[in-house]
Amino acid sequence: MPIELLKYGLRRGHRPYRDIPSTPELRRSYDVVIIGGGGHGLAAAYYLSHYHGISNIAVLEKGYLAGGNTARNTTTVRSNYLTLPSIEFYREGVSLFETMSQELGFNVMFSQRGQLTLAHSDAAMRSFRLRAEMGKHAGIRAEVVDAQTVQELCPHVNMDFGGQHEVLGGLWHADGGTARHDAVAWGYAKRAAERGVEIHQRTEVTGFGIAGGRVTEIRTNRGTVLAGQVLQAAGGMNGRIAEMAGIRLPIRCFPLQAMVTQPLKPFLDILLSSSNLHTYLVQSSRGEIVIGGGTDPYQLASTRSSLPQKEALATGALQLMPFLHNVKLLRQWAGITDITPDFSPIMGASPLQNYWLDAGWGTWGFKATAVAGKRMAETIATGRVPDILMPFALERFARFELLNEMGATAAGH
Amino acid sequence: MSNRLGHGWGSRIDRNAAIGFTFEGRPVSAHPGDTIASALAAKGEWILSRSFKYHRPRGILTMAGQDANTLVQIGDEANVRADLRQVAEGMAVTPLNVSGSLRRDRGRIIDHLGRFLPVGFYYRTFFGPRRNSWLKLWEPIIRASAGLGTVSLDPAPRRYLKETRHCDVLVVGAGPAGLAAAIAAAEAGADVILAEKEPELGGALTYARFGVETADAARHLDALRRQAAAAGIAVLSGATCNGHFADNWLPVLQGDRLIRIRAAELVLATGAHEQPLIFRNNDLPGVMLSSAAQRLMRHYGVRPGRRAVVYAGDRDGYLAALDLDDAGVRIAAVIDPEAEDRDGLAPELARRGVPVMRGCTIRQARGGLHLKAVEVQDRQGGRTRLDCDLLVMAGGYTPGYQLALHAGARLSSDDGGTRFSITGVPDHVHLAGAAAGLSDLAAVIESGRIAGLRAAAGLGLAPAQELPAPVQAGWRRAAPSPAHPKGRDFVDFDEDLQVKDIENAIADGYRELELVKRYSTVGMGPSQGRHSALATARIVARKTARSLAEVGITTARPPFGPERLGLLADTTPERHRRTPLHAAHLAAGARMTPVGAWWRPLVYPGADAPEDAIRREIRMVREAAGMLDVSTLGKLEIRGPDAGAFLDRIYTMAHAGQPVGRVRYCLALNEMGSILDDGVAFRLSDEHFYVTATTGAVDRLFAEMMLQKTIMGARVDIQNVTAAFGAMNLTGPRAREVLERLPGSIDFGRAGFAFLDGREGELAGCPVRVMRIGFTGELSYEIHLPQSHAAGLWAALLEAGADLGLRPYGLEASRILRLEKGHIIIGQDTDALSTPDELGMGWALSRKKPFYIGKPAVERRRALGDKRRLCGFALPDEGNAAGVGESALVLQDGKPVGHVTSFGYSPTLGQWIGLAHVAPDQAEPGSRITLRGFAGAEVEAPVVALPFHDKDNARQEM
Ligand SMILES: Cc1cc2nc3c(=O)[nH]c(=O)nc-3n(C[C@H](O)[C@H](O)[C@H](O)COP(=O)(O)OP(=O)(O)OC[C@H]3O[C@@H](n4cnc5c(N)ncnc54)[C@H](O)[C@@H]3O)c2cc1C
Repeated sequence: MPIELLKYGLRRGHRPYRDIPSTPELRRSYDVVIIGGGGHGLAAAYYLSHYHGISNIAVLEKGYLAGGNTARNTTTVRSNYLTLPSIEFYREGVSLFETMSQELGFNVMFSQRGQLTLAHSDAAMRSFRLRAEMGKHAGIRAEVVDAQTVQELCPHVNMDFGGQHEVLGGLWHADGGTARHDAVAWGYAKRAAERGVEIHQRTEVTGFGIAGGRVTEIRTNRGTVLAGQVLQAAGGMNGRIAEMAGIRLPIRCFPLQAMVTQPLKPFLDILLSSSNLHTYLVQSSRGEIVIGGGTDPYQLASTRSSLPQKEALATGALQLMPFLHNVKLLRQWAGITDITPDFSPIMGASPLQNYWLDAGWGTWGFKATAVAGKRMAETIATGRVPDILMPFALERFARFELLNEMGATAAGH
Repeated sequence: MSNRLGHGWGSRIDRNAAIGFTFEGRPVSAHPGDTIASALAAKGEWILSRSFKYHRPRGILTMAGQDANTLVQIGDEANVRADLRQVAEGMAVTPLNVSGSLRRDRGRIIDHLGRFLPVGFYYRTFFGPRRNSWLKLWEPIIRASAGLGTVSLDPAPRRYLKETRHCDVLVVGAGPAGLAAAIAAAEAGADVILAEKEPELGGALTYARFGVETADAARHLDALRRQAAAAGIAVLSGATCNGHFADNWLPVLQGDRLIRIRAAELVLATGAHEQPLIFRNNDLPGVMLSSAAQRLMRHYGVRPGRRAVVYAGDRDGYLAALDLDDAGVRIAAVIDPEAEDRDGLAPELARRGVPVMRGCTIRQARGGLHLKAVEVQDRQGGRTRLDCDLLVMAGGYTPGYQLALHAGARLSSDDGGTRFSITGVPDHVHLAGAAAGLSDLAAVIESGRIAGLRAAAGLGLAPAQELPAPVQAGWRRAAPSPAHPKGRDFVDFDEDLQVKDIENAIADGYRELELVKRYSTVGMGPSQGRHSALATARIVARKTARSLAEVGITTARPPFGPERLGLLADTTPERHRRTPLHAAHLAAGARMTPVGAWWRPLVYPGADAPEDAIRREIRMVREAAGMLDVSTLGKLEIRGPDAGAFLDRIYTMAHAGQPVGRVRYCLALNEMGSILDDGVAFRLSDEHFYVTATTGAVDRLFAEMMLQKTIMGARVDIQNVTAAFGAMNLTGPRAREVLERLPGSIDFGRAGFAFLDGREGELAGCPVRVMRIGFTGELSYEIHLPQSHAAGLWAALLEAGADLGLRPYGLEASRILRLEKGHIIIGQDTDALSTPDELGMGWALSRKKPFYIGKPAVERRRALGDKRRLCGFALPDEGNAAGVGESALVLQDGKPVGHVTSFGYSPTLGQWIGLAHVAPDQAEPGSRITLRGFAGAEVEAPVVALPFHDKDNARQEM
């Protein structure tokens, strides 16, 4: 038993950890106001306060801390994308996860078990090969594997030899893993708060005052505040909030659903997904099978889950592992995802001088929590967008310099 | 010692028959109708499993499948609710979370280590000493204790059925309220489905007690069942309505059947969930809800104990005491937290000699594997120990809120947090009975009748009169027990969480209900907070000095109860499509491959090795004739006065002016100017086009067309006839000769039927549409015809052309044939960003049309300049030592600038050829590109002008 628990057990009574301070009164002004207390906003607050000496920060969160997509996602962390800018960016993201528990002194349970994406068609094999080649070029671990290796990596998968969904091979990404989503947000919140960052829960941004190309004030349900710099990191609400600031983002909202089964003794060690079946499976450390897939087919800003999507996910899951038919579903849910035309985020400057964007995270942004927070903090602190973020600028749409990550985000997030 | 009660008890069991099963390997005999839990209880076995974290013994709590205490494993099925599942002969039942045996479980030691495992402990440690210690060292230990049941990797197969039904009114719950609602709606003329999760109708009337006299309730039950039978209601029993989705779309699970019901009006008569009390050792076997004790007695004829203490936080406690007394259970005392008799039942108890202790609460329960005694505390702090083996808790209820909350309603409480009610119920949903907060039997039945009439009024079947709103009675809640310094007062049994865990979570900074849940895991287990949500909300409200309304009470997400994945999945074994020529391909020895939804022939190897067969097929097409099954092409009929104008909007070329009898290439873009799909359009008449699309894109294209039709207000009719037509492409220098050998109405002569012409007519007795188009660059005819004729014509053509060398060819040959001609495959040589310009397809963009979808973007992108180009390349010599293949990178100054999209060996040219995305400045024929082969070596290749073969495209015009 670790020493920490021994010490705890031998103490009398509970000495509270006080990870998250209660919401204080809103002050009149802050150096930085962060809209959205999800993983991204909290990570940015952490990096600003710990690496850039800026602590006069308010994080405004309309609901409870990190209750948006940070609380709803299926926590895939990986870097096997298609384009070089993406791979380089997410590679940094994965490496930050590798040291996150140590950095925060808070166990985020990052578990690099590897991700296997199955190919059931030539087209999928072709696209995996391209991702593997790009990945190798960028120095990440991504390999195309054959059917036999698939069976070795995941003995329980249904190979469907001779069938319509015969597994032809896969993309093995040894760097892939999962982390405890809530813990990531709480860890950042705790450490940011220790430096004096204020976290305001139940504080909803309702509008802006804008003059001279700058945001001059931020209106909330609890009063109006002034800010030197503003960071928008509002998850599914990104399109709407930008609109309040007079900025049009190329974002459309689609619900994304997921579900978990009752806990079972562990039998699935890796992250398993199939791009053809639009389904992925991972067994959590509680033993639940988390099942996810692609977004709903139509645009909607709703977090209600649906029966057809549940049926589709179950169909995919049983195609991959038919023996799960007796396993019982426990819960299903949905989040609103902010999808861009090239399935890549929008980071960096906005048309307003002191207003910075961290948006368009769609179905893939959890893995970027650390790196986006770190690099956005750097951007705000220095007033300069670092090279690694340049390809993700909002202007890329006007220049048609898109990143095309559609194929690489379809099934695995 | 048998706990079976005498006749008069046990409505669900058949005492005249016996069946046997095993529990932990021990044989147990039971009656048909028994559940696993009732059969074991009848034998005096009260422990069903151990708890998840502390391995505490757990037994019956609700007797209604509402808790995780009774989860067991049956053979290969994990996590079965023992209080719900009926016994079957030979069933092998084993308990969960046991190392050793149920009574002597080695895991029990953890119960004593609890103080070393504070709430959220895993966030504080387990991540050192090294960077990956969590993964390598700690997680394996934690995972080893994770999970409840064990999944079988090879379970017996099961056949699940799905059906869809529609009705005017769906009533969920067949208690007195639901029955009354269903009867009222049906009598008003509605088509009603009544879904009840229990095997019989009647709900609380089948087990609960409503007064000193029981005859009254029996009369009601009888009358309601009779009226229901007479009213023509479709009854689904043993059927759980497991969720509510948008527009009253409700899944109902009945055994191995999933019934999806669309209901115009919905009545939720889902009853109420009795809530356990929180005190030290409230999880001991022998401590159960009053409704559980009543279900045991009335349904299964099982005596829940020998000597009972009854906690009467509400009237139902007194009524349960009367039942226990009737069943011969000795009652040590009835504990009433109130000083006064509010229910008027005390005189009856006094008459029976049952002692009542007023103004008392339960301080703790005692016992090891089973309850031995209860310690009661009065308002002055005086304590009394009462020996007993049964503690019955009547601690109040919450309305059955889950489905209503899925539908968008909220659970609200009065200020004191003693009454909960469902508010904000959406339109077309009506509450009745206990779910609406009523407990008096007459009021419950009346509320059901009213809900049924409201539903009927919603359908226009009953006069839309103002119906009286039901009286909100609400539920009384028991006074909380005093906190016990030693804890073991469980808030959440599934997760083994005690009061202090919740309090500590709050103290750690997790002050919002959702955060408490996530941090402590309260409510995350199989019972999904049914018993813990309110208790938790109360603790949060108290500890953060807010009202329950401010804290928010709870959320509920589907499903309501556990739901097997097999019920949800579509496991139809063969979901793929076969073309009408499938049998012919098999007979010809084709090797088949799935392509999207279809099976297609890859190659016809005959006696040859596949490589050789592919080359043979290619040569055959170039030198004689071949035939490819293209039935999988998407096919659309576009009819109407605006057909031409409509296609002009969807596609980039000009169709309004396209002459009848001509075929034109079609290219569809999206708003970004990127390529969506391609195909051809054959104008059959002024107002009729026949359009093809790629196999994988046709459904999306059809949906897009329907949308555009609506946006334009176009007078067109669009039909997706993909599966209605078969199609084949006859190609090669001798193709015309073959066609001319068959009788028919079409003139295939070179002058009368030119390249890109289309004809309708008859061929070998089949109605056909023939287009002079193809992918191979040879003289080609694509023949489309009703799928029922396809196999006949295919055979006739093969026979007619046999001596000319005509044979079918497969997909592999087709890929090379088109590559030799430099034709692109959408989705392979293009991606989501591909523009026509970068593919060198500027010729397909009409300059005259003012608009087509994607035109503004195409023009902007043209002004910005190409980012890349698609070009042809050839490898210098015949070998491919570097292992170049599709997806190999194109490097410029060591950086990837593109990749190979298509690649293969051309027997016609005797060379390896391919298409690749390259940097714009590399794309001109004559420049050289660097490719990285899969073997790792780099190789230089010249860029070659397209097409590779038959540079001036003369052969297709032959
Ligand atoms: C079902 C599902 C599965 C997913 N799976 C994965 C996965 O496996 N891997 C992966 O990398 N990504 C995944 N994602 C995506 C990922 O969850 C998100 O991209 C990521 O969490 C975004 O983090 P964020 O901090 O930017 O946004 P959020 O966590 O959504 O935080 C934004 C916050 O802003 C707040 N906010 C909104 N409006 C206002 C306002 N007006 N005022 C104040 N606050 C406001 C919201 O309440 C919210 O808390 C998944 C998403 C979903 C829905």
